[in-house]
Amino acid sequence: MLKYLVPLLAFLVLAVFLAVGLGLNPRDIPSPLIGKPAPQFSAPTLHDPTENFSPAVLKGQVWLFNVWASWCVSCRGEHPLLNKLKRQKSVPIVGLNYKDDPEAAKNWLNLLGNPYTVSVMDQEGRIGIDFGVYGVPETFVIDKQGRIRHKLTGPLSPEFIESVLLPLVSQLQAEPQ
Amino acid sequence: MKHFLLTILWLPLMAMAAIESRQFDTPEQQAVYESLTNELRCLVCQNQTIADSNAELAGDLRRQVYEMLEQGRSRDEIVQFMTDRYGDFVLYNPPLKTQTLLLWWGPGLFLLAGIGAAVWVIRRKKSVTRPETDPAQTEKLAQIRRLMDTGEQS
Repeated sequence: MLKYLVPLLAFLVLAVFLAVGLGLNPRDIPSPLIGKPAPQFSAPTLHDPTENFSPAVLKGQVWLFNVWASWCVSCRGEHPLLNKLKRQKSVPIVGLNYKDDPEAAKNWLNLLGNPYTVSVMDQEGRIGIDFGVYGVPETFVIDKQGRIRHKLTGPLSPEFIESVLLPLVSQLQAEPQ
Repeated sequence: MKHFLLTILWLPLMAMAAIESRQFDTPEQQAVYESLTNELRCLVCQNQTIADSNAELAGDLRRQVYEMLEQGRSRDEIVQFMTDRYGDFVLYNPPLKTQTLLLWWGPGLFLLAGIGAAVWVIRRKKSVTRPETDPAQTEKLAQIRRLMDTGEQS
């Protein structure tokens, strides 16, 4: 009896581990930046490169930081959702135009709509490294004190926006400054 | 055909050309650069180091390592810079922490479990092959011996 039970148990344990492993998303790497102040930067804006933008001006507000590029296919997928967020006026969205050609990026926004309060250019990917960006698109939620409170790697989904993003944003907006 | 095959032999060299060459002030810096880029994980293609990978991010991280070395930053400072942004996952050689205990000691635990199982199986086998330790068997054995001693008389 034991002779058959032991291999069966071993198989079941292995099967459970493999099943859990299949369900995990290897792209979902916990960011060490959660709860830490968002990295500071000052970078030229996409629409007027003579003007610099720094996130310090958003202190006191909850905002989203969305990393996008015109070459990024999944960004196209999440774009209508960002446009919808903009129409709802629930939270300002700052775009980081990551390793992109400014002309292509501007055309992209003209074609698909511009959900961003402002987009800053990061042609060399240096701001991206400071934010630990590795898979465009990425979305960060930043609180009134300028701390990163959530990070999503990969495209936004309607479920994520409804069940995670919007509740978190209203919770953070209710926090004292 | 022979020429064709000889040409194909050159192809791997073309692949290497994608990795940029760097000039360093000292051979020590060169050595740190080589070892660091072979120890940092490319987060885009997760099973490659940034030295192996042709992903854009890997190129950016190599540039970052190079620039920090040029600024005279130490190896530890660069590793800290990377883990501050990308977490321990960026290291192919993760530090020993409570979260990584299983990672470090897991193989040892599996080895111990294997040795334990082997010892258990061997002991059980031994007890089966020695019937004289079993009281029920000793009676039978004695009977057999008696029969053999008395020969074919019965």
